[in-house]
Amino acid sequence: MELHDVWFVLIAVLWIGYFFLEGFDFGIGVLTKLLARDRKERRVLINTIGPVWDGNEVWLLSAGGATFAAFPEWYATLFSGFYLPLLLILVCLIVRGVAFEYRAKRPEENWQRNWENAIFWTSLIPAVLWGVAFGNIVRGVKIDAQMEYVGSVADLLNPYALLGGLVTLALFTFHGTVFAGLKTVGEIRARARKLALVLGPVTAVLALGFLLWTQYGHGDGASLVALIVAVVALVGAIGAIGAGREGWSFMLSGVTIVAAVAMLFLTLFPNVMPSSLNEAWNLTVTNASSTPYTLKIMTWCAAIATPLVMLYQGWTYWVFRKRIGTQHIADA
Amino acid sequence: MLVNVNAFTSWPDFCRYVQDERGELPQHHGEVRRNDVDLALAPETLARWQFGITTVYHFLFVPLTISLAALTAGLETAWVRTGNPKYLRATKFWGKLFLINIAMGVVTGIVQEFQFGMNWSDYSRFVGDIFGAPLAFEALIAFFFESTFIGLWIFGWDKLPKKIHLACIWMVSIGTILSAYFILAANSWMQHPVGYRINKEAGRAELTDFWAVLTQNTALAQFFHTITAAFLVGGAFMVGIAAFHLARKKHIPVMRTSLRLGLVTVVIAGMLTAISGDRLGKIMYQQQPMKMAAAEALWDGQAPAPFSVFAYGDVDEGHNKVAIEIPGLLSFLANDDFTSHVPGINDINKAEQEKYGPGDYRPNIPVAYWGFRWMIGFGMASFGIGLLGLWLTRRKFLLPPALRTGEDEVPNLVLFRNTALSPKFARLYWIVALWTLLFPLIANSWGWIFTETGRQPWVVYGVLRTADAVSPGVSQAEVLISMTVFTLLYAILAVVEVRLMVKYIKAGPPELTEADLNPPTRIGGDPADADRPMAFSY
Repeated sequence: MELHDVWFVLIAVLWIGYFFLEGFDFGIGVLTKLLARDRKERRVLINTIGPVWDGNEVWLLSAGGATFAAFPEWYATLFSGFYLPLLLILVCLIVRGVAFEYRAKRPEENWQRNWENAIFWTSLIPAVLWGVAFGNIVRGVKIDAQMEYVGSVADLLNPYALLGGLVTLALFTFHGTVFAGLKTVGEIRARARKLALVLGPVTAVLALGFLLWTQYGHGDGASLVALIVAVVALVGAIGAIGAGREGWSFMLSGVTIVAAVAMLFLTLFPNVMPSSLNEAWNLTVTNASSTPYTLKIMTWCAAIATPLVMLYQGWTYWVFRKRIGTQHIADA
Repeated sequence: MLVNVNAFTSWPDFCRYVQDERGELPQHHGEVRRNDVDLALAPETLARWQFGITTVYHFLFVPLTISLAALTAGLETAWVRTGNPKYLRATKFWGKLFLINIAMGVVTGIVQEFQFGMNWSDYSRFVGDIFGAPLAFEALIAFFFESTFIGLWIFGWDKLPKKIHLACIWMVSIGTILSAYFILAANSWMQHPVGYRINKEAGRAELTDFWAVLTQNTALAQFFHTITAAFLVGGAFMVGIAAFHLARKKHIPVMRTSLRLGLVTVVIAGMLTAISGDRLGKIMYQQQPMKMAAAEALWDGQAPAPFSVFAYGDVDEGHNKVAIEIPGLLSFLANDDFTSHVPGINDINKAEQEKYGPGDYRPNIPVAYWGFRWMIGFGMASFGIGLLGLWLTRRKFLLPPALRTGEDEVPNLVLFRNTALSPKFARLYWIVALWTLLFPLIANSWGWIFTETGRQPWVVYGVLRTADAVSPGVSQAEVLISMTVFTLLYAILAVVEVRLMVKYIKAGPPELTEADLNPPTRIGGDPADADRPMAFSY
């Protein structure tokens, strides 16, 4: 295994970490309209991710930065190619971060309601767009011999990628619902468990469809294994939440995300961004990567930093391990 | 209007432009007709404006974040060590303003991480092997640190024992400083590329010595200068707000402490900013003489060279029409020698043409000249006001007993021995301190505008031109859309943020509750508090 292969795996790990963690953050954002009945319940939901959402989002920045360092051509083609969708994601992430921090800083009804609406939409839109983006990466987009994206925005809105967007939305919302069941107490917890049993099967059908389509179009033996793991884990997550085992259910919905994203990366390898125009124009781990020297330095950095990050981020979840209910939210 | 082809900085770039825009290839070097609107809306112009707007905006929040994190940590340390509640109130007050500010810094920073790929894809392809690494280091080491521990600090008041809670804000502070270091190492590489080679086959620059990138003198000097300037921002911010409350005789114990802390910060940071700035200036005279000649509007080399106080010139003709100068000072600033030779813009332009081929290697001279002066002027003014304040509010051993004030009194402002300033003049000082609280921030912005525009036409000095760095696949319309969206969004958020700041500044430090004074002894919170409302919630 050469260093650029190692880095392909590490980039996959960073994206998996991002989707696992911000997946339930986005889900919680969507649930503010789907599950919460009043302001206090919305606040309960938001506060389950309050101390951690910012750290979760840094997984995205790390994925971006690491792609820049390890695969500059991939970074350049991807972000200049998907320019307008990425702009939309950035706008959402900007507004969303400010919404969390500023919502409670003024008592006015309008102020709070506007930021709450913002949290819903800026969680929902990126949850869809990331699925669309990854659907397109796997499917292949119009990349020319100079590694430039030459398609249009409309080219990105194909059925396969759009289904991918629905799957990430459903999966993140389900993941968030299970997380809400795990982190809240009282009536809202009971409703979260019920909602998870409705969302679960819908997610399972969508995900199965998308993953089978992926397997049929791009898969091999390894991706089939990942597909089976993802689907079995999802079924398990639904069963566990039905049996009232929220911890197990959350772990299994997490495994679903890990396996599904891993499957997408497995179908890509050794490409990082295939061209739909000509196979010779694919961006691959070889032609898109940095020099072995840079990769070696980056490997040292990641090998030391990533386990440490997992350790202290894990510790944060332990510090804030207590469930939150409406009694924990002070009247503002 | 006639525009010199050299305005494009490189012949291939000009050819590409004409090919893209007109569908034809130009036949020869020389003067071409090109109207101003075309030039103003050229993709590289728009991409530069967008980068300038988003980056200057982002950096409005950065220096305050860096300095307030450390100052808040200092105040919380005082609370933990002394148990004096005024320090806890001060921590909560400045901590709140810090959080309102850092929220904006964090979200506008996301754009920075992706903008290189979005708008500068040719730059990313060409230098990604070098430039990407410090950026990834920043995310993996500094951003994770900052973001995780800030969550712990915000929500941890009733979940962490006070020493661990204190450790969290120090972690945040370390994170902000590490972040500054990595991004400044990356920027310094653009100012003065080291530790790389050009691989002609691969068509890119490749890293050969990462240690050199991290430790070259440009990086160290820029880091030192930026960090000290950041503390000047935080110090002046504290002084201004403390002055606001003291003038109204409100929250006196907390604001007295804040005033002193702010004044000491301004004076120390101000001196260190000047020293590091002088050092950085001397390095720039070696590494980018054009930038420094532009900063002085020194058209032709001179020995000894004068420091320009005011200049009004003609860029096309290459000379000043009006110039007020201090003889010899520039020679000293550049080389520590009042008689040494300093090369001028015209000489360096000629030398660079010989080295890099035909082209115009001059940055925007008025922007460089005035940017340099605004940077120094606003910074020095703030330092002066701080130094005056520190003298006016000096402590016991320098002050006769009759003029000394207690913990809960507004300090007397004493200019000369034995007499305090009259209320009218004292009020004037508070007003000046309040209205100049953003001076160092203005200085910071102009410093960056100067150093980034002063490097033009290069994006990586001597290696890659800005016009060759832009994304070829991103259309004019796309950049126009994104620039408009960012500008509008940022403008709205600026209004929201400033109003929120003003609200919490006016509100003053919060009253403390029983729970504030009795932090938990166990990680995760004391079991007895299990059903209490959270100390902080969104």
